[in-house]
Amino acid sequence: MTTAPVAEAPAVPMTAKRRGAQLVMLAFAIVVVMGAYASVGLGIDGQIPSGTFTYGLGLAVLMFAAYGVLAKWAPWADPLLLPLVTLLNGIGLVFIYRIEQTGQAGASATNQLMWTALGVVMFSATLIVLKDHRTLQRLTYTMGALGLLLLVMPLLPIIGEDVNGASIWIKIGPLTYQPAEMAKMALVIFFAGYLVAKRDVLALAGRRLFFIDLPRVRDLGPVLITWGLSLGVLVLQKDLGSSLLVFGTFIAMLYIATQRTSWVLIGVLLFVGGAVLAGQLFGHVQDRFEVWLDPGNPEFYNRELGGSEQLMQGLFAMGSGGILGTGLGQGFPREIPLSFSDFIIAVVGEELGLTGLMALLMVYALIVERGLRTALAARDPFTKLLAGGLSFLLAWQVFIIVGGVTRLIPLTGLVTPFLSAGGSALLTNWILIALLVRMSDAARRPPPQAIQNEGLTQVFTR
Amino acid sequence: MNATIKRAAVACMVMFALLMINVNYLGAVKAGDYSTDNRNKRSFYARYGVDRGWITADDGKTTLAKTIDTGDKTFRYEREYPSGRMYAHVLGFFAPESARGIELNENKLLNGSDPDLVVGRLIDFVSKKPPKGASVDLTLVPAAQKVAYDKLRASGKRGAVVALDPKTGAVQVMVSLPTYDPNDLAAPDKAKVAQAYNKLAEDDTDPLLNRVTEKTYPPGSTFKVVTAAAFLEADRSRDPETTVPAPQVLDLPDTTAGLPNYGGAACGSGEVTLRFALERSCNTPFGQMGMDLGWDKMREESAKFGIGEPIQFELPTADTTIGPDEETAALAQLSIGQRNNQQTPLQMAQIASAIANSGVLMKPTLINKITDPGGSVIEELKPEQLTEALSGEVADELKQMMVSVITNGTGTGAQIPGVTVAGKTGTAEAGDAPAPHAWFIGFAPAENPETAICVFIEAGSAGNDATGGGTAAPLARDVMQAVLEAK
Repeated sequence: MTTAPVAEAPAVPMTAKRRGAQLVMLAFAIVVVMGAYASVGLGIDGQIPSGTFTYGLGLAVLMFAAYGVLAKWAPWADPLLLPLVTLLNGIGLVFIYRIEQTGQAGASATNQLMWTALGVVMFSATLIVLKDHRTLQRLTYTMGALGLLLLVMPLLPIIGEDVNGASIWIKIGPLTYQPAEMAKMALVIFFAGYLVAKRDVLALAGRRLFFIDLPRVRDLGPVLITWGLSLGVLVLQKDLGSSLLVFGTFIAMLYIATQRTSWVLIGVLLFVGGAVLAGQLFGHVQDRFEVWLDPGNPEFYNRELGGSEQLMQGLFAMGSGGILGTGLGQGFPREIPLSFSDFIIAVVGEELGLTGLMALLMVYALIVERGLRTALAARDPFTKLLAGGLSFLLAWQVFIIVGGVTRLIPLTGLVTPFLSAGGSALLTNWILIALLVRMSDAARRPPPQAIQNEGLTQVFTR
Repeated sequence: MNATIKRAAVACMVMFALLMINVNYLGAVKAGDYSTDNRNKRSFYARYGVDRGWITADDGKTTLAKTIDTGDKTFRYEREYPSGRMYAHVLGFFAPESARGIELNENKLLNGSDPDLVVGRLIDFVSKKPPKGASVDLTLVPAAQKVAYDKLRASGKRGAVVALDPKTGAVQVMVSLPTYDPNDLAAPDKAKVAQAYNKLAEDDTDPLLNRVTEKTYPPGSTFKVVTAAAFLEADRSRDPETTVPAPQVLDLPDTTAGLPNYGGAACGSGEVTLRFALERSCNTPFGQMGMDLGWDKMREESAKFGIGEPIQFELPTADTTIGPDEETAALAQLSIGQRNNQQTPLQMAQIASAIANSGVLMKPTLINKITDPGGSVIEELKPEQLTEALSGEVADELKQMMVSVITNGTGTGAQIPGVTVAGKTGTAEAGDAPAPHAWFIGFAPAENPETAICVFIEAGSAGNDATGGGTAAPLARDVMQAVLEAK
């Protein structure tokens, strides 16, 4: 290896693989999870649960397997991503186990561990199969079609399934699946490919209004289509969360691709307008809004559907957690309806307190930061856009659900990535992380060494 | 694209910052509101997660309230009151959402949250043991409490009995009837308890009311000892043999009505000694005394006995008053314990207690001692003097006259063989109701008083011809005897 003079240092500093550090962090994450698991048992009945070792070992085996795949097929990948995700997934398992102990129907740590295993398989498969993520760019329209299909699947007869008033499930035999989870990722890939191709056109300035360059009217097409799609999801499936998630991510990516603030404004205006209109026309949107403004109102609290009981119980739980929390196993998660799903963050807030919540948010923020860093370091626009889009998707999803549960914004149902019980989301998110890992590997991999030691130019060979 | 990615990164950072700020706001600012919301069951569960301290009497020998470890995960510790209704108004109850009586007043010690118990609580917390509270020992004398409760209940009357140690202010007996079973209100079941409570609350006989402290009644003739005290204190040349005018009907100024004696009877021959007036409980001499003394003097003397003064007691107490400064006719009526003169049985027992204790009024208390879970005493009864209601001399003279009331006056029903009893009866008109309240206050033994008592029988529950001497005095005798025997 030639030692490059300082002046020739590339824009992104050449990093080491840091595999040792990654291994240590991974082991640490597993130790934290095992400790938490034992603590649940101690909190509930003063005994370390018999399964601590089995669960811990299970998780360890899975994660070291994932690490092995990563080390072999993406050796230059960001060393933080896998340990951080392991920590989240593990903490999620611990809390689902904890909620299962209260006998809340639907919470099953064994199921979640099984889905985690499948998630790791998908993670590995993605890394092994997808040698170069830019292959995805060629599948732009396939992904778009796939995303659309997945989104409308729950509305189809026979396989569509209504749960709790929202039609976001499909059922094939004994298996239920939330296709929106996969759809959102397919759509992000589509957006990335599409926007890279069209960004020059979309960035063209039309008329100027005040200090904002408006885009040309004929370029509004894609935005309007996505907007219509999101509102369709909102109205037909009553899935506010996914609608907000997809549309928000699209606007963010549009902005990243075109550098046009006007797109953001148009997007926000369109969505707010659409949401207000939907609110006028459809009761459930308005319900959410009322509940957000005054959740303590007994009228809303006692409302059978779309009431504020779950929200209030979540707030009670987080309030009682205080700064340090009640301790694992010592809160009352069964007071919160469906606490293992959308409201798992409230259970974390109760048992681990403010401190635990802040730490958890920090872990999410770190993952997002690593993703965005990958986007910055990436060498081609598609990768930049895809990594940026996926990272934003993750941040946006955490914001929507945690903000909803903590009453920062109106509550719209979404799972908390990696924490909530639910296989569909877990699988998708593991694939999402695999994509980020793949892209970070590409971004951090040292450029081919055919560098002319002249001036500041670098030659890339592809 | 890096510039926009960086801006997107800032947007993500802002989102996480907003979440974190909101989480802190929630945990630090809003948490208080949430913890008191009654839809939040955590405080409800927490109540039953504490190994609550026991309540005992007689230096721990009698258990009045105990905590049972049920082993249940949600409601581990349940409260039980072995003696049921007998101590209901003293103990109160420990219900899912509320508490009353000693259970409420000593709650912080009983549930271990008192600052005095912080060390033990910390150790429990670290060792993951459920918190344990301090136990509270009451001054009550169980044997006498039982006599008071059984006798009053057997008579089927509504009323109150309270006895105090005149030297320490320790409450020896506190019974109020009708009563209720606190066990019904202690179950960890909100709906069941609410139903039981509502039934009690809607009951016309008001079983939840502690008639000893929470309600005032006209004290009738028992108040004459206060008037007599003011009369003697006002001029030290007076004594029990001082003669006072005693017409059959006292003319009240500015009204056509006069103030008669009880039953319209005559009192001696128009002029009697103070002792005789008290023995026979004549109304007219005391009405006249009150008018002569004036409202200010009456108010001053009553205040020295604690009337109208805020009282620090473990149980809630109703405000007592001799009534406002009205026309002179009203003064005559309040001097014999009528008109707007309103006292609690506890207050009347306090008056008897002050006279028994040579004029020194002690602060009443129910707490004998409080012991932390480790067994060390953290609080013990320290007799506390409230006021000097009377000079020792006047107290002595009143005492002599009250002994005469028992030996040859209206209070013969309270005589105890071999013990000198002092007392005063009262039969008070209760508003427009035809039946009167029957009262008795007194103490024994007169030479060295060990117990001061007030018995109150509510109007209407003992017939229209109830009197202090006939209805209240015998009960007072039995209770005082029980206290003396238990000593």
